[in-house]
Amino acid sequence: MKMSQNSSDKDDQSPGNKKGISLPISRVRLIMKSSPDVSSINQEALFLTTKATELFVQHLAVTSFNNGSGKETNSLSYSDLANTAEETETFHFLTDILPKKILARDYLQSLEEMKEEDADF
Amino acid sequence: MAERPEDLNLPNAVITRIIKEALPDGVNVSKEARRAISQAASVFVLYATSCANNFAMKAKRKTLNAGDVMAAMEEMEFERFLEPLKEALEVYKKGQKGKKEVSEQKRKDKEKKQDSENDRSREEEEEEEEERMEEEPEAEEDEAEN
Repeated sequence: MKMSQNSSDKDDQSPGNKKGISLPISRVRLIMKSSPDVSSINQEALFLTTKATELFVQHLAVTSFNNGSGKETNSLSYSDLANTAEETETFHFLTDILPKKILARDYLQSLEEMKEEDADF
Repeated sequence: MAERPEDLNLPNAVITRIIKEALPDGVNVSKEARRAISQAASVFVLYATSCANNFAMKAKRKTLNAGDVMAAMEEMEFERFLEPLKEALEVYKKGQKGKKEVSEQKRKDKEKKQDSENDRSREEEEEEEEERMEEEPEAEEDEAEN
């Protein structure tokens, strides 16, 4: 695919641009090409994926904030995101990269408990 | 081309801006949260690409097109994106058409210019020759006066 419009990427990043995207298309293209079996991507598909990614970022941020505990403190934290990934179906695909964090102490305790359960058998 | 891990990330500044614009004013977003959202966005691109590619392969096409991406959004249950994406695509297509026409026009203008320049330079050469012939007698007169 000819990327003869690389210079237009700069235009895309200016505020109030007509195309309405801020993310660099070239970077999105790099990520897409790293996917196996993908041969080529037409310009429109590239644009749409970039735009969709922006919509996704907004959606993830807003959903996590609304569901999260940070509304009183007016903040968005990692755990808000991890909780949303687990609780909201459309974000399930993120559970591997947004794992919930637990205290090491609690993890070790649950390991202990599992060992005791095994011992009973 | 070997891709470094950083290359598969999206620029932090842009991600931060998108987040800030989506949330109410003054919300504090932790650095960790920002990084996580950025990584999630990269994963989203991969997931969407893989999904869109399945549609393309089913249609025995090697090139991903706009329809494949739209179908992928529906498959991934992001129907809420479909309308805004359709609108954005329309604006994009108009912009592309405009650019094409502008560059077509520029190319035509360039060709026209080159043609007329060729004609003009030939005319100028002929004119210069005539002038030179006229000047010579004058030059002699000047020398005579000095």
